[in-house]
Amino acid sequence: MPAPKPLVQFKNVQKSYDGKILVVKDLNLDVETGEFLTMLGPSGSGKTTCLMMLAGFEPATHGEIYLNERPINNVPPHKRGIGMVFQNYALFPHMTVAENLAFPLEVRKMSKSEREQRVKRALDMVQLGEFGNRRPAQLSGGQQQRVAVARALVFDPDLVLMDEPLGALDKNLREQMQYEIKHIHENLGVTVVYVTHDQSEALTMSNRIAVFNDGVIQQLAPPDALYERPENAFVAQFIGENNKLRGKVADIDGDFCVVQTAEGAAVYAMAVNVSQRGEKSTLSLRPERVVVNPEPGSVPNIFDAEVLELIYLGDHIRTRVALLGRDDFIIKVPNSADHAFLAEGEVVSVGWLQQDCRALDA
Amino acid sequence: MTSTADVIDDKLLQKRLDKAMFNRRLRAFLLVLPILLFLLVVFIIPIAYFLFQGIYDKTFSSIMPQTTEVLSEWDGTSEPTEEMFAALAADMVLARENKTIGKVATRVNRDKPGSRSLFTSTARKVSKLEAPFKESLPDVKDKWNDIEVWQAMKTASRKFTPGYYAAALDLKLESDGSIVRQDEKRRIHMILMKRTLQISFLVTVFCLMLGYPIAYLLATLPAKTSNLLLILVLLPFWTSILVRTTAWIAMLQAQGVVNDLLVFFGITADDARFSLIYNKLGTLIAMTHILLPFMILPLYSVMKGIPPSYVRAAKSLGATNWTAFWRIYAPQTIPGVGAGAILVFIVAIGYYITPALVGGQEGTMISNTIDGHMRQSLNWNLAAALAGVLMIVVLSLYWLYDRIVGIDNMKLG
Repeated sequence: MPAPKPLVQFKNVQKSYDGKILVVKDLNLDVETGEFLTMLGPSGSGKTTCLMMLAGFEPATHGEIYLNERPINNVPPHKRGIGMVFQNYALFPHMTVAENLAFPLEVRKMSKSEREQRVKRALDMVQLGEFGNRRPAQLSGGQQQRVAVARALVFDPDLVLMDEPLGALDKNLREQMQYEIKHIHENLGVTVVYVTHDQSEALTMSNRIAVFNDGVIQQLAPPDALYERPENAFVAQFIGENNKLRGKVADIDGDFCVVQTAEGAAVYAMAVNVSQRGEKSTLSLRPERVVVNPEPGSVPNIFDAEVLELIYLGDHIRTRVALLGRDDFIIKVPNSADHAFLAEGEVVSVGWLQQDCRALDA
Repeated sequence: MTSTADVIDDKLLQKRLDKAMFNRRLRAFLLVLPILLFLLVVFIIPIAYFLFQGIYDKTFSSIMPQTTEVLSEWDGTSEPTEEMFAALAADMVLARENKTIGKVATRVNRDKPGSRSLFTSTARKVSKLEAPFKESLPDVKDKWNDIEVWQAMKTASRKFTPGYYAAALDLKLESDGSIVRQDEKRRIHMILMKRTLQISFLVTVFCLMLGYPIAYLLATLPAKTSNLLLILVLLPFWTSILVRTTAWIAMLQAQGVVNDLLVFFGITADDARFSLIYNKLGTLIAMTHILLPFMILPLYSVMKGIPPSYVRAAKSLGATNWTAFWRIYAPQTIPGVGAGAILVFIVAIGYYITPALVGGQEGTMISNTIDGHMRQSLNWNLAAALAGVLMIVVLSLYWLYDRIVGIDNMKLG
């Protein structure tokens, strides 16, 4: 079976606004038909620029973007047929909700009856069937958000771009909308390219996440792979909570390695981004993978840690300990029936598996 | 158990609230008091007094009290009686002594042109006249038998008179109180009013046509460039109107820069230079230039507040540049267009100095006529009436604007 053709292809795309600094450096990215791809990164990482180039609002300085295998660098935005949801919704304030939704159909010269039918269907999809005659200003933030999504979908585009669409909502509403957008995506099978700087949003919704930093995609992977198998120190740090330990590679054997910290302790880890002895490395370790008071010999890495701070968070107790010369080492102690009760100032032994510790670039 | 809040009845609560708010209100009032007094003394009272003169004129009735009294009983059509002549003679003696007869002559002359000398020359001899005055007065001047003179005096003797407002609308108040149209050749105010409205309207349209693109550019350029451009817009705003108007004279006159260039490029012959100034065209050009910032600034402030994402959204939804502009961008600039248009129009309708300097004969406006009545013909009552009409026109246009666009929609900055 031949691989399905990607819907969108970025090929060696570069972008510079001022002719000096590259905001996007040699971007290569395929977006598969029907997938939910998130561009995630800190502000200034180039993710929004990529989206704007795809939408046609910013020209690529170099390289080519393909949509359905057709180069679109010289296609104006209104001929690309890409739906877009903007950060502040950009609902037209002088039109009602229904008029907003009818606008893309009107410019496509659709008949009045078909327009009405589609507007109704789109409004029903976002559970706003009764709100067609309201002005956007009369709706709450979440309702406006839904209208914006409905408007981007009402003309059945193959591709919908979303530029931090949930940024203006409060936390609860944001989470609810994440699920709604995810379900709409699943039901319609439309391809979505989503931009956000919120990692939990990206993890919740995406099929694949492209982590941007400094104009380069650091890693492109499904959410679980991204979290569990970060390929470099930036991704490990950016996605989820992360403990860092620094050291030099003392020994390396295939996928496994030993990293020696400045204190002289040897840590057994996975060799992910290191290739030879003596190389500097940052070890990445998720706080929830650290075991308190492990059976001696059950895990290869066991060290003494002094408890510095305990924060009760309900489902887990966030414990900050001093370990191997660092005082920002975090352990998540689950609030389970038989969890360890720690006290500040206490010295305990902590340990972790070799597979959970990843030796990444310095 | 009821809480204390439930026990307090509405009146008491209102009283407490009033008391709590009193100091704040007092403070607010004291803060505006100085400017309120200032405006009251130098602006509101003088203007009210001046406008009042448009309907109130006691010149005749205060100088000629006896005549006024007998005239009020006269029906205006029957032959003047000896009693009326006697009252007139007695008043004229007094007026001659008080040197106020000239005012009376001027006043009656407004209703009956050509009767000024009748009063002044009769007054010189009136003290020597004897009864019956019905004969001795016409002996001095034959014209005293003309009933129209008496009718004019009756009209002039009214303290509260619609006559000036009638005159401002090219109507004429008859002695019997009826109002008829002014003679064809004396209907000048309506022509001027129409011209004033026409010039103001055209200036508004030109300002919109020239200002809209500039405002758009200002609102969309990066801040650095747009600030520079904004200064270029504001620079003439800070320059004296007199300087700018005279600059236009230098530009547009027959031997001016524009005509010189036109001749130089062979567009017109040296002996057939365009008359670009001292006519309506001159007024239009100079006023459009001077009032342009009034259009640009509110437009700019409204456009600045329209995020670029609206037009982008429209384009992403499939709208061409033109559709995105016309359907999405332009409607959102309406508050700015309304504010700019109403500002320009209202400033233009009362414009004075520019039409006076560059308007010539056909380019002057109603305010120039008001000025003429104040400084040359000294008919302040008519000036007040004309100003009153102008104010009513402006207010009714403002009301119309409010009905159609809505004042709340206006954004001045």
